[in-house]
Amino acid sequence: MTETGRGSTSDIAIRARGLSKAFGSLKAVDDVDLTVAHRKIYGFLGPNGSGKSTSIRMLCGLLTPTAGEIEVLGFSIPAEAEALRQHIGYMTQQFSLFTDLSVRENLEFLAAVQNMSRRAARERIEELIEEYHFSGRADQLAGTMSGGQKQRLALAGAVIHKPELLFLDEPTSAVDPESRRDFWEKLFELTDGGTTILVSTHYMDEAERCHKLAILDRGRLVADGSPAELTGGLEGRTLLVETDQQRSAKRAIVSVPGVISAAQIGNSLRVLGEPERDCSEDIRCALKSAGIRGTVSTIEPSLEDVFVAVTQKQPARDGGETGR
Amino acid sequence: MNLRRLYAVLIKEFRQMRRDRMTLAMIIGIPIMQLILFGYAINLNLRHLPAAIADEAGTSASRQMVMDMLATGVIDPVADARTPEDLMELIRRGEISVGVAVPFDYERRLAVGDQAVQILVDGSDTVVQSAAAQLAQMPIALPPPENNVLLPDRQKSIPLPQGTVSVVSFYNPQRVSAINIVPGLIGIILTMTMVMFTAVAIVRERERGNMELLIATPVSSAELMIGKVVPYGLIGLVQTSLILLLGTLLFQVPIRGSLLDVYIAAVLLILANLAMGLLISTRAQSQFQAMQMTFFVFLPSILLSGFMFPFDGMPKAAQWLAEILPLTHFLRLIRGVMLRGAGIFELWPDLLALLVFIALMMTFAILRFRKRLD
Repeated sequence: MTETGRGSTSDIAIRARGLSKAFGSLKAVDDVDLTVAHRKIYGFLGPNGSGKSTSIRMLCGLLTPTAGEIEVLGFSIPAEAEALRQHIGYMTQQFSLFTDLSVRENLEFLAAVQNMSRRAARERIEELIEEYHFSGRADQLAGTMSGGQKQRLALAGAVIHKPELLFLDEPTSAVDPESRRDFWEKLFELTDGGTTILVSTHYMDEAERCHKLAILDRGRLVADGSPAELTGGLEGRTLLVETDQQRSAKRAIVSVPGVISAAQIGNSLRVLGEPERDCSEDIRCALKSAGIRGTVSTIEPSLEDVFVAVTQKQPARDGGETGR
Repeated sequence: MNLRRLYAVLIKEFRQMRRDRMTLAMIIGIPIMQLILFGYAINLNLRHLPAAIADEAGTSASRQMVMDMLATGVIDPVADARTPEDLMELIRRGEISVGVAVPFDYERRLAVGDQAVQILVDGSDTVVQSAAAQLAQMPIALPPPENNVLLPDRQKSIPLPQGTVSVVSFYNPQRVSAINIVPGLIGIILTMTMVMFTAVAIVRERERGNMELLIATPVSSAELMIGKVVPYGLIGLVQTSLILLLGTLLFQVPIRGSLLDVYIAAVLLILANLAMGLLISTRAQSQFQAMQMTFFVFLPSILLSGFMFPFDGMPKAAQWLAEILPLTHFLRLIRGVMLRGAGIFELWPDLLALLVFIALMMTFAILRFRKRLD
């Protein structure tokens, strides 16, 4: 099942134009344009309710878009969603394998519904049990496993038929950091094997691992590009303020004109300034007049800064949720 | 329809069912419990009704008649009375529910074929009425020409069936409730469990997120639905067999028609109920809602189908409603086959009604079941 869908000649796995979805008066996804290249990990970064899951569901044909055009692996979605299904793997946000079936039984079931022959299924299941560390646990009920194990099993289930395209909806939201690292190792192995992955997350460290990112906020795509491109755009706008009076320093800094946000990170403050404007001098003055001692230095921008910068640029946000 | 996928869905269902102890317990437990409850505890033929007898004749013939009446066990004398007026007073005070008045010219009345005995009943209780009707049908152990009995009841004046041979009890001469109840109980249990199990089973998959995973795979709606319906259908057949077996062993319920016809009727009711369960599952948002909706089907089924109350006695509107319910048609089929020995095709109108119901429900369910989340 590794043969590609209709779009094998193109280098583009997913193309969406003007993708929108409204639930009643709520615009869950609003006019999103996307292009996902083959064999890459493409990330959706955004807070809860930003439209990540809805977008993914529309791209796999589970939800019908209110407007927009989607082409996935050369199939026009939702019209050809049924034909697309055997080319994709989908890992839902919530663990959705059967908790009252064992590891092996779950995999057997998924192999069969993915049209794998009995022999191919048997070999593949042995392979996956080995590869995903379920040797000795193959007969354990899925419901009795830990969060990390469940997530590994869900991934194994999603790739059982070796799909070209894998949709992962917040796959690591319920697991510990070590399991997350292992999980990402698996994702890179999969892309090495030729799989395209679209993954949604609200973890910055995960977003940083993606080849390309789309930042979603309230249903709108507010920025996209590789992590380096995104952070590069903020060059010179991020400052680090080291002080031992972080709370009062923060109050002093946010009132400085040109400062978008100041976030406390451990013993220091991370400050984001407006573009084309160096506010380090103003901050030093503000601290001084408030009687706070501290040093101000520039720092490499991170994805979190990008996130804050792009989401605060939205007019709808004025006055709300500063300093996230 | 892909057989390998269908088979995989079936296997999955059976494996899950095997691990679901509570459901298994319900599958076996509910039929046994209901059979025993309805068969033993809920006896619609009352016995030992509090009674008084005013024997104004006091002859050996009248005493003989009274003794016979007591021997039926339906009434127990609990108070003394001399005249019919005493009896009425006792009934009014609620001390007795049945009064037997034997007039002083009892033997003369018997001889001329006049009304010889009056049975006065407390007409406020329908169950007592039917018990009194039972008494009235008692053949009086006297050779004389006619043994007419005056059927009560001057004040409440609700006529009871007359004559010594009752049409109602024709197929159930001992008036044993279990015989009437057991065939109906098959229908009640199938209606209760089949609708609920399917509805809940599908909604549970949606609640747990399994459905989202399933619809993202190539498995088709038909495969999912048939894969769900078949295992529960088999459970329905197990339940049917269990009730038939226990009914014949414990209550000597006859199966006068062919066993195959009994199963044909059962399969039809099972399919009708599963289809209804599927339809409910497409509407219900949670398992709890699915259960609630099941009750909207279950209660009218129990009350209107003719299981509890005679169909012909219901108002027209209720009868029309009852005609929509699959259980009504099943009851006619199963009683016809088991108690009267009818062939199932002789009862074709009910057979047809069930088939139409199944076709309609299945169509609605499949139309409403989308492989989409919205």
